[in-house]
Amino acid sequence: MSAYDKVQAARSTQKLTSVDYINNLFGENFIELHGDRNFSDDKAVVGGVGMLNNMPVTVIGLEKGRNTHERMERNFGAAHPEGYRKALRLMKQAEKFRRPVLCFVDTSGAFCGIGAEERGQGHAIATNLMEMMALKTPVLSIFIGEGGSGGAIALAVADEVWMMENAVYSVISPEGCASILWKDSSKAPEAAECLKMTAKDLFDLGVVERILREPKAGDGKMFESLKLLICRTFEKNLAIDGERLAELRYNRFRKIGRKK
Amino acid sequence: MDLFTFIKPKNELEQSDSTEVKKPYVPDEMWSKCPECGTMLLTTDIEENLNVCSKCNHHFHISARRRIEITADKDSFVEMDEELESENIIDFPGYEEKLEKGRAKSGEKESVICGTCTIGGIKTVLVVMNADFMMGSMGTVTGDKITRAFEFATENCLPVIAFTVSGGARMQEGILSLMQMAKTSGAVKRHSDAGLLYITVLTDPTTGGVTASFAMEGDIIIAEPKALIAFAGPRVIEQTIRQKLPRDFQTAEFVLQKGFVDKVVDRRTLRNTLIKLLKIHNCQEVEA
Repeated sequence: MSAYDKVQAARSTQKLTSVDYINNLFGENFIELHGDRNFSDDKAVVGGVGMLNNMPVTVIGLEKGRNTHERMERNFGAAHPEGYRKALRLMKQAEKFRRPVLCFVDTSGAFCGIGAEERGQGHAIATNLMEMMALKTPVLSIFIGEGGSGGAIALAVADEVWMMENAVYSVISPEGCASILWKDSSKAPEAAECLKMTAKDLFDLGVVERILREPKAGDGKMFESLKLLICRTFEKNLAIDGERLAELRYNRFRKIGRKK
Repeated sequence: MDLFTFIKPKNELEQSDSTEVKKPYVPDEMWSKCPECGTMLLTTDIEENLNVCSKCNHHFHISARRRIEITADKDSFVEMDEELESENIIDFPGYEEKLEKGRAKSGEKESVICGTCTIGGIKTVLVVMNADFMMGSMGTVTGDKITRAFEFATENCLPVIAFTVSGGARMQEGILSLMQMAKTSGAVKRHSDAGLLYITVLTDPTTGGVTASFAMEGDIIIAEPKALIAFAGPRVIEQTIRQKLPRDFQTAEFVLQKGFVDKVVDRRTLRNTLIKLLKIHNCQEVEA
């Protein structure tokens, strides 16, 4: 598969979305929580609390929607500032109760629109980056589809970042990159190669810790083993003092691109 | 088209095109024409007026070195990490040439200059971005220099003042440039948690990954008049929503009205404003 094949696989509407993962992992044990307590409830971000095996967990996901109606309602997974603020509210709540935070990332990017700018898209993302870096509870982010730039990293300042084998993560879409660099968005396949955006590339660059085989809908065994893997990681990190955990997270990012 | 023109509002681009056609011949260095009001100004007068048009208060772009000169006390600036240089870490085609061009155009090694100085006698860490170097884009070295400046400030209990101008994350470094948003934010957070003051001054244009990280994380956020301040540039938004944007959309004044900057400050009073803010936050003067 070429890099651009991966991009298209990551964008496929047949793919499982955050809601699918939450349903398969948490089942009846998930309680959705809404709103940023400030402006509104952004449906591009789904969040709540639930039990993973016997562990209370806060789970947050960027949700693209599973059919046309849902995709419209979810704004195709492109969150507004209130979506990122809702996510942060739930993370702070998790910190208070020392619950680990599980994030699912699947978005083409933070929404680019008038309302999003007026309500401080840049500010919302910046605040998440700052606060997540210091969160005194375990954070794990899993990329399940598209990881579009600032809109993706706003849920990915984590102790570990995992990616599904066909997920991508990039600073800019290959189309955007091609149209800026070569004034030709049809050169997106070349741009996708250059950007090093596949799970394998990102693993080699030290940006992700683990590449996962993608579970299929209804594959109970795959989800059981994913659940086990997540729980084990959280157990390991819950044993670490919160301050120390935040320090380790800072060092994780600190060493990326370090010159001396 | 470079990134800089790419993020300019369309109507501005059209304007500048049409004025270029009618432009009479003038000796390059002696006179400059204000792009806002069209007044011909003596270049030396503009410089004396801190690169602000004396007629309409238009703020011309200024280089990072000039910014340091008009902000810091005379000869007080000591640069940090000036030797750090970008490399083509993900083998992106054409990146070496872009870097070479950026170095030639700016006379600098990277898109940010960091260091210590005194401002009104108060010791401060300065972070000054440089539009002439690849449109102030943030690569790993940019992020690293900024992070190191904040870490130095935290260790030495110093305030930080950052002047931002940027087209956003540098795509030629792929995901590693995106990581700088998290890295710099982490360094800001630690500085903040140590109870230290961080002031950002947003200058034209501040966009993308810089807006969505350290630019918006100041305790106090100042903007220069009319500066474009955006997450997504106006072109991108117009393409996404297929709607024309209002003319003042994403200007400093607009962002002020929406509540995301504290104050729009004229460049000629900026230094005094910064000194006052430093004093209010109990930052101590260095003993002579």
